[in-house]
Amino acid sequence: MSSDSATAATVDAATVRRIAHLARIAVAEDEVSHLQGELNAMLAFVAQLSEVEVAGVAPMTSVMPMKMKERDDQVTDGEIADAIVQNAPVSEEHFFLVPKVVE
Amino acid sequence: MSDPTALTLAEARDLLRAKKISAAELTDAHIAAVAQARVLNAYVLETPDKARAMAKASDAKLAKGEGGALEGIPLGIKDLFCTDGVRTTACSKILENFIPPYESTVTANLWRDGAVMLGKLNCDEFAMGSSNETSAFGPVVSPWRRKGSDAKLVPGGSSGGSASAVAAGLCLGATATDTGGSIRQPAAFTGTVGMKPTYGRCSRWGTVAFASSLDQAGPIARTVRDTAILMRAMAGHDPKDTTSVDMPVPDYEAALGKSIKGMKIGIPKEYRIDGMPAEIEKLWAQGAEWLKAAGAEMVDVSLPHTKYALPAYYIVAPAEASSNLARYDGVRYGLRVPGHDISEMYENTRAAGFGKEVRRRIMIGTYVLSAGYYDAYYLRAQKVRTLIKRDFEEVFATGISAILTPATPSAAFGIGEKGGADPVEMYLNDVFTVTVNMAGLPGIAVPAGSDGQGLPLGLQLIGKAFDEASLFTLGGVIEDAAGKFTPARWW
Repeated sequence: MSSDSATAATVDAATVRRIAHLARIAVAEDEVSHLQGELNAMLAFVAQLSEVEVAGVAPMTSVMPMKMKERDDQVTDGEIADAIVQNAPVSEEHFFLVPKVVE
Repeated sequence: MSDPTALTLAEARDLLRAKKISAAELTDAHIAAVAQARVLNAYVLETPDKARAMAKASDAKLAKGEGGALEGIPLGIKDLFCTDGVRTTACSKILENFIPPYESTVTANLWRDGAVMLGKLNCDEFAMGSSNETSAFGPVVSPWRRKGSDAKLVPGGSSGGSASAVAAGLCLGATATDTGGSIRQPAAFTGTVGMKPTYGRCSRWGTVAFASSLDQAGPIARTVRDTAILMRAMAGHDPKDTTSVDMPVPDYEAALGKSIKGMKIGIPKEYRIDGMPAEIEKLWAQGAEWLKAAGAEMVDVSLPHTKYALPAYYIVAPAEASSNLARYDGVRYGLRVPGHDISEMYENTRAAGFGKEVRRRIMIGTYVLSAGYYDAYYLRAQKVRTLIKRDFEEVFATGISAILTPATPSAAFGIGEKGGADPVEMYLNDVFTVTVNMAGLPGIAVPAGSDGQGLPLGLQLIGKAFDEASLFTLGGVIEDAAGKFTPARWW
């Protein structure tokens, strides 16, 4: 079995808490074991990919072959600060307000 | 006019042009139908005032003979397309009050051509689902029922509101999006036609992102012709989307009725899966017979990596979703739930704003992209994706014009019946459709028969990149042979 094999991987409760924190989603203690079961069911399902021989296969980067388009380096819009903050939960004078970040 | 909501889009268009019906009459009939069908929960926002104003403007244009291709045609818009000044939620609590100050390119194209907006349609939250049961607005009910039963059935998903509204006559056509089957599977479940175009054919600009390398917009309508008419309006190059293709959009309606004599149609053996119901097998064989009778040649083909498409999808799509949905942080738009510092504010906001399925997919995506796991999961899945696409390329290189498969492994199921204990049970719905997204190809679902309980079943045709036209031609042949599927009205 190659080192990048996806077989037999399962997550434990500590890993579930770590992923939740990385994803910035609060998870209550009583949700952890349920989530762990669901994530392990998904990981068991995707584990069959380890049967596929992928040596020498390039990973897909663009599903349709196309050249990345370039555009002129020009300002095409602006002066729309009102529209930009219009949906902000909390804003003041065209600034987004967040809880204090720096002590 | 007996019932304007029973017209096809093409018929309505022709009557509007001939001034035998006004856009106002047509729109009013649809507004009334929508109001009477609220039990289906297809619309999450009705916009009757806007619809009437748009219809009035259409009547003025039609009177002057200046109507566009869709002038006066009332449509429903999946709530994943941003609409200027009209609430757009992706059917998520996290966007419950979001009012975009801009219009998605796809909907802007429809308004340019004169279409009328009836409202925003229900869908799975962030388009993540195959039954429309993950919506923050609650499930959509299909207008279809099993013979002798009043059990509520799902319309499929994620474009369940679009499919249900089209099948029930609550619009003449609808926009939808398809990341793993979200246009074709609900179309198949509701006896409607759904087209997922080639990746790049429709602009993604202004459409709420789920998995950017897979997402494509497309239409759902009641006939192949109606779907072709909508497709032409929705498609086209958009400089605001770097993956939008700069290619002319053909007149898809002109593809209908063309001869299919001598066309080679591939029948892939890998789609004959274990436990496939006999009625799906029969439907598939029947579809092949119809195409053969119209002059096409059936050819057995092999797409050896088919079984790996769904597991690879459940790495690639959640990975992209976890990245795309990072933007919902309670700062610039959407819900905010306070916390004692910024990190806790993010965590509380996202825990309260996202539903269960969305949280689960973000977490899987975060895991497969995390340090130490990226190569084993994400990189491997992208390599498998290359192999899936290569399978199709090799088949098409032998002169095959299109591939015929079932659209779904079963007919529609009941609300609450699937996926309760194991999320993978629900994911298996997309086993025949997801390959097409992984390869970026166009696919159409066309109603072709019924199951033993009287529920519609669909066939799928998969085409070469940017050859949607052949799919409309072939879909038209199946439609002509199979006839129409209309639910009996109970709502």
